[in-house]
Amino acid sequence: MLVTEQEKLQELVASLAEKHGRDRTALIPILQEVQQKYHGISEFAQQVVADRLGIHPSEVYSVITFYSFLDPNPTGKYVIRMCRTISCQMAGAHNIARQLESDLGIEFGETTADGKFTLEWANCLGMCDQGPAMLVNDRIHTRLTAEKVHDILEDCRRHFGVHATEREEH
Amino acid sequence: MIGTTHQNQLTFSSLEAEAGLKKALGMGRGDVIGEISASGLKGRGGAGFPTGVKWNIAAAAKSDAKYVICNADEGEPGTFKDRLILSDHADLVFEGMTIAGFAIGAAEGIVYLRAEYTYLRPHLEAVLLRRREAGLLGDDVLGKGFAFDIHLHMGAGAYVCGEETALIESLEGHRGEPRNRPPFPVDTGFLGRPTIVNNVETLACAAAILGSGAEWFKGFGTEKSTGFKLFSVSGDCDRPGVYELPMGITVAELLDVVGGGDAKAVQIGGASGHCVPAAEFTRALAFEDIPTGGSVIVFGHGRDMLDVAENFLEFFVDESCGQCTPCREGNAKLLEGVALLKQGACSSRYLNDLLSLGETMQIASKCGLGQSSPNAFISIVKHFKHEIMGRSAARA
Repeated sequence: MLVTEQEKLQELVASLAEKHGRDRTALIPILQEVQQKYHGISEFAQQVVADRLGIHPSEVYSVITFYSFLDPNPTGKYVIRMCRTISCQMAGAHNIARQLESDLGIEFGETTADGKFTLEWANCLGMCDQGPAMLVNDRIHTRLTAEKVHDILEDCRRHFGVHATEREEH
Repeated sequence: MIGTTHQNQLTFSSLEAEAGLKKALGMGRGDVIGEISASGLKGRGGAGFPTGVKWNIAAAAKSDAKYVICNADEGEPGTFKDRLILSDHADLVFEGMTIAGFAIGAAEGIVYLRAEYTYLRPHLEAVLLRRREAGLLGDDVLGKGFAFDIHLHMGAGAYVCGEETALIESLEGHRGEPRNRPPFPVDTGFLGRPTIVNNVETLACAAAILGSGAEWFKGFGTEKSTGFKLFSVSGDCDRPGVYELPMGITVAELLDVVGGGDAKAVQIGGASGHCVPAAEFTRALAFEDIPTGGSVIVFGHGRDMLDVAENFLEFFVDESCGQCTPCREGNAKLLEGVALLKQGACSSRYLNDLLSLGETMQIASKCGLGQSSPNAFISIVKHFKHEIMGRSAARA
């Protein structure tokens, strides 16, 4: 990471600590915003957050690895979370999952080489009445079909150039 | 708001806005809790703890600060009624939280919203803002000299955080590992202060009860399970969706409502619940018979019950916090057992060992997740032995 990038991150964390407070209850809200902005919470970012809150970096790492929406590794700009729970499975999630892998050229748990998409499984998304369902970042998509999946991915690709570092895919 | 679903007419839609809050603030704190206790309301998240008792203990506790937490970490597989309540009746939930705050003497409410529902956040923030502007939240709620405000806290993706002590750990910035109970959150909760953690639907019901009266609420349901309940219905039925039904309704009656005539089994209570075979469809959905947080998943005759057991166990292997051995190791062992059953390679003796392991998990796990994680496996083995034993390997 370039020095200027490191400084930017330190500034961001400082402003987040200002916003959420410097006690331990601020840790997860801060990490969520770092995750959103940087698509992954690097070792350097973990150290910066730990310093700012006065805790050991291993505490930060331990929290990140517990929660599925926080990631110590770089993720794609679009994180696709496909529901694997039983109701979505019965509604045909398996076929949608295969189609996603084919369309993206990666398997579950992987990120595309261009850093655009990460594909993950998720547990129940609470859309059991409208499955198969998946989240693309914060946005929910239901009653998926192969055609719908194609349209959603194309839509993301179109927006990618515009919002390369933001998550505003809406 | 998000997609469309089948649903019937909800009582929540017909209530007069803020009637409960206006009445509550004109009553004594003790009388508010008395009304909730008299209604017989039990926790709608699934555990069914009497809400009045919980509020009463927190109200009696002495502390410089107390907290009201709305558990909107709706992660139980097959449950989505809170999604609908938060979309369509957020005011009622916040009204219930404000009433709870008044009753126990809290000034701060926190909604713990699961990360998967982040898309609901702008709507909820807007409702909160409107309530502040209308004097329904803030330093002087309805001009009665009572201060209360609510903020949202986003979850980060962990099923176990629906367990109240894990939720509090998460709020405090830690891994969501459940604490030993006692002490219970009602005396040692968020930041060590007395805290009540109530489900979204429980809080909405509390507001409805204050507005319309305990007697009205008791007019629905059974003697031991009063009131109405929202059910999230999915799987093999014609009209999956959210249905309000009186407590005590039988499985068969519910299947009639949703068009689930071809069911061979129904999973009640999600992954942590029980699998009910067709022969027991006359049983009732109530705390005295089959308790439930409202998840109903219908399995048609074509479904393989081992696929169901496998899916739920994969879920628990993934979502176990790993803190205690029975849950962390037990679920992995049960999942291996399902693989053996699928290959037709599980002896009856070994299956009995697995059932015994399941009972150990029910007894020896630290929290509700571990204790309930083997339920689905045990009930599927019990009711579908003819279907799962002696398979030819080809079928796997």
